[in-house]
Amino acid sequence: MEINDFLNNSSEWLKGSGPNSDIVISSRIRLARNLTAQPFPHWASRKQSEEVLQKIEQTVAQVNLLKNLSIFKMSEMDNIDKQFLVEMHLMSYELAQKKNSNAAMIDPNGIVSIMVNEEDHIRVQVMQSGFNIYEAWNIIDKIDNELAKELDFAFSPEWGYLTACPTNTGTGMRGSVMLHLPALVMTKNINRVLAAIAKLSFTTRGLYGEGTQASGNFFQISNQVSLGHSEEEIIDNINGLIRQIIEQEQQAREFLLANNRPMLEDRVNRSFGILKSAYIISSQETVELLSLVRLGCDLAMVKDIDRRTINELFISTQPAHLQKLENKKLSQSERDIKRAELIRSKLKIK
Amino acid sequence: MICDICNKNPATVHLTEIVDDQMTELHLCEDCARQKSESMESQFGLSDLLAGMAEFSKPASQEKEDATLKCKKCGLTYADFKKVGRLGCHECYESFKKYLGPLLKRIHGSNQHFGKSPYKTEDTKIMQKAVNENSDLLALREKLKVAIESEAFEVAARLRDQIRELENKS
Repeated sequence: MEINDFLNNSSEWLKGSGPNSDIVISSRIRLARNLTAQPFPHWASRKQSEEVLQKIEQTVAQVNLLKNLSIFKMSEMDNIDKQFLVEMHLMSYELAQKKNSNAAMIDPNGIVSIMVNEEDHIRVQVMQSGFNIYEAWNIIDKIDNELAKELDFAFSPEWGYLTACPTNTGTGMRGSVMLHLPALVMTKNINRVLAAIAKLSFTTRGLYGEGTQASGNFFQISNQVSLGHSEEEIIDNINGLIRQIIEQEQQAREFLLANNRPMLEDRVNRSFGILKSAYIISSQETVELLSLVRLGCDLAMVKDIDRRTINELFISTQPAHLQKLENKKLSQSERDIKRAELIRSKLKIK
Repeated sequence: MICDICNKNPATVHLTEIVDDQMTELHLCEDCARQKSESMESQFGLSDLLAGMAEFSKPASQEKEDATLKCKKCGLTYADFKKVGRLGCHECYESFKKYLGPLLKRIHGSNQHFGKSPYKTEDTKIMQKAVNENSDLLALREKLKVAIESEAFEVAARLRDQIRELENKS
């Protein structure tokens, strides 16, 4: 599979399906694993890193579950292709910055991806559309068991899986759920919710992970603690917490509908109006307006458009996606024009 | 305090830089701080925080020993770990055990793994049992400590017997 095939084959998290997909965009789990044979990536020589990559490539080719993964080596990709995969959440920004002996191995549906020599030798990710964290765990647990048959993972009975950074030691697991919480933001309840989340040792991030700010009312919530609880316990905790947040967002939406419907309809339809008629638009403005249209779609205020189209626009309007669609490098101002064009064509009412 | 760069947002990031004995202070808002440079962002990063946490419990007299403490397998020193916040290889966990134990406890609230293990199927059961017994043992020792501290000697005696029993088994 080539990178360009991902353009037509839209990825798992854009489906807009799965449980609670009005509020939950995607559920993800990642596991950090290291080989005993070599130093951790930041401390390994080029030769050692190359050996790690080769070993993992061989293993992935042998494991039935992973046979359909395509291997993308950072040394062979241009910047737009790298950014494209980052925008699809199939690899991290940190991996994209690297060149030697780094690779992302990705399945055609964008459900499984394995990053090699990022912070740890192996970072496996499984993504599911909607609120589906248990299914993500079932899949990744099987993959991990298969990999463990072929590879010697760094592990101690006392401290679990040994990772480059002590914040991941133990299960090496991070479960993340991407939520769309416009009503909690509008009713100014979001800070209260986020403060409660932080108290429970969970972290909140923006659309694009570590260090990014929440934009377009998207919040990514993940566990911080990886040692001292089993994987199942951690997932149960995430599940319980996310359930409560979903409930709060639902209540906030109902409150707005009951008490402030004209304001809501105004904001949703104004946003829709701008998106349908703009000729120049930044990616930031796009995300913010699409967020409101998505809410309108959830509340049946916007009827001519489905959630999948909106989800796809969130990603196809990102810089690297636009450039892949146009098949050439575009400056920022060129992108803003092309972006508006794309949105107008997708939102045209049939 | 207002950000030194944009003069708009409140400054929440305060940076002190010392270059050739010249100290400069910068007060930035989060946005400007991020934009200013990536290298700077890494300075506010995890590594400092982690190193700071590990330092917390360390008696001052051990400082010299720390700097030279070195992982036998990969050569990373404890000073390196403090600088980058990343360990060099899996053996580092053993090499720096006395500092990492308390550090892990501070980060995660625990320093005992409860979860899956990578052991191959044939020896999974035996190893998993060992893992469980090891964690039981640790939990019992912890309880024993608490019992002694709170002078609950009857409880302590019971715990001591349980610990002995487990130790003899292994």
